[in-house]
Formats: sequence, structure tokens, C-alpha cells
Amino acid sequence: MVQVNMQSHILGANELLARKNRSLFGGNKVLALNLMSSPGSGKTTILERTIETLGDKIKIGVIEGDLYTDQDAQRIEKKGVKVVQINTEGTCHLDAGMVGKAYDTMAAVHLDLVFIENVGNLVCPAEFDLGEDFRVVVISITEGNDKVLKYPLIFREAKVVLVNKIDLLDYTDFSMDRFMHDLQQVNPSAQVFKVSGRTGEGINNWSQFLLREVRDKQSNLS
Amino acid sequence: MHELSIIQSVVDTVRDSAQENGIKRVNKVKLVIGKLTMALPDSLQFAFEAVIVDEMFKNAVLEIEEKDITCECRSCRHRFAVDDSYRFICPNCGHDRVDIIGGRELYIDYFEGDEDTNGTS
Repeated sequence: MVQVNMQSHILGANELLARKNRSLFGGNKVLALNLMSSPGSGKTTILERTIETLGDKIKIGVIEGDLYTDQDAQRIEKKGVKVVQINTEGTCHLDAGMVGKAYDTMAAVHLDLVFIENVGNLVCPAEFDLGEDFRVVVISITEGNDKVLKYPLIFREAKVVLVNKIDLLDYTDFSMDRFMHDLQQVNPSAQVFKVSGRTGEGINNWSQFLLREVRDKQSNLS
Repeated sequence: MHELSIIQSVVDTVRDSAQENGIKRVNKVKLVIGKLTMALPDSLQFAFEAVIVDEMFKNAVLEIEEKDITCECRSCRHRFAVDDSYRFICPNCGHDRVDIIGGRELYIDYFEGDEDTNGTS
């Protein structure tokens, strides 16, 4: 009987590729965001609104993760920005290798901001570093206010939390107080924007924040 | 179901290492999994059974050690455990900048095997 000690990180291969992506994003002075949420929370609609708001100010690219379809990519493409589709063929999250390959096909064009829209899922994507500058989690009012404590890792790791479908707040039992209380425990430094992809409420604040982040990254690297 | 990706990666890594070390048959694989990873031990076991189809892993068992979530306060350096209420705030001084020092583990600790296929080495 032989025992082989490994102490080897299971996702070590992903970590290496994530580091490579991060240095590529840095070299190209592009701000890369990993956008995560459950299915149906409104990530794609928020992206559409954000592109409408910022599209004439900065160059935006989108990497669209989806299990099988390119429906979201088609919606984004109509907004006139560069889109690359990744079909994970059943895998419930994007990994750094997939994102690196997708980014290679768009890196020839100068971009200021790349959104990586992850597969809709609050569990698995949290574990995979894609090399992003920071993570954005979208939670919608209709999902209920209990999601923070059910999926603590994804909320813990987010720099920004977008609370979407805020226009439906009065029609549901969603407790904003409870939600903010839980988020305060899990991730006190998270920045929260209350938005509605449907009405456009709050999109401007979120977009202005993004613009500052893009400029900050560019000036820090120049 | 990121458990399947995790296990696939584990089995690939162990297989490579076994080959490098002249091990023909793997008997046991030991993982250390932090509770914050939300990788479920039952799902990992299920995925392991599904993935180990080859001779090398024929009799292999998977052992999982779960690690609790622990934090260290950046202000007073107090160390504390975080339970299911996921309160990442220092219970000693109330500071909200804390570092997670345990609970995110996701690594292969070791594996055991035999250098010949009869298991007599």
C-alpha cells in the first residue's frame, strides 16, 4: 500500500487560467465583470439597458454563457455590441478556460468593458474564478428575500448586488429590510443598486458607477 | 451540480499522479471540502461512483473531510466560527472586515493505492 500526499487544489487548473485571463484583461485595460444570478432574474435585460445607457460612451463586449441556446446573445447583438456565445452543453457554470477562448476572439477590437454573463445558477459559478475584476450578483424581487442566506458564497464574493424588478416590490412579500439585514451580515461592503430592467429605474446610477470603475481601472494602469 | 466537475478533476488528477508513481490500483481518495463551497458530500459520492469506470479505480472509496467556516477579524484578530446564520461580523469587536480563513477548502489531501493490481504490495 502506498500513500501519495497531494495537497492539491481541485480547481487548480482553473485558477491558473483565471490568472492568465486577469493579466490579459489588465494588459488590454479592459474592465471585466462576472455577472451571476439565478435563471430568470433579468441579467440579459439589465445588460440591454446598460448598453443603451453606456453604448455611446464606452466600447462594450459581452461574453454570453448559456447551456445550449444563443437566444440571449441574439438579444445583445441587436444592441450593436460585440458578443461571443459560449454554450456549456449542460455544464452549470462558466470556467476560466471557456472565457479565455471566448475573449481571444474579441480581443482584437479595443474594448473598455466586458460583461461575462454566467449561466443562471447561484451555486456553481461562485466557485469558479474567471479572471474578472469583480463579481456582480443580480437578485430579483420575485425570487424572495431569503436568497442571501441560502447562497452565502455568491453574495459574499460579490462587489455589487443588483436588486432587480424593483417595480414589483409592492406586489410581492419581498422584505427589503430582511434582505438588506442578511446581506449586511454576509457581505457588509457589497454595493447595492435597486433597479428595474423593465422600467429602467436605477439603471442610470448603476451605469454611472460602471463608468467610474472603467475610468479608474484605465487610470490605474496608465 | 458542480460536484461532477469537481470529481472529474479529482479523478483526472489522481490518475495522472498514480501513473507517475507507478500505482496500478487506487483504493482510497481523501478530499477536504470547506462548507462554504456548497459542494454536497452525497453528490460528490454519487459523482465519484459515476466517474470511476476504469480498472484503476475499481475498488476505490472516496473519503470526505468537511471543514467549518472560520474567520479572522482584521481589527482585533479574533478568530471565530461562522454557523448557518452566515454572520461574517466579528463577535468580539463588531468589526465587519473579516477574512475567511477556513471553509473554502477544496483539495485532494492524499490517495492510497497499490503498485500492482493484486493489492499485495
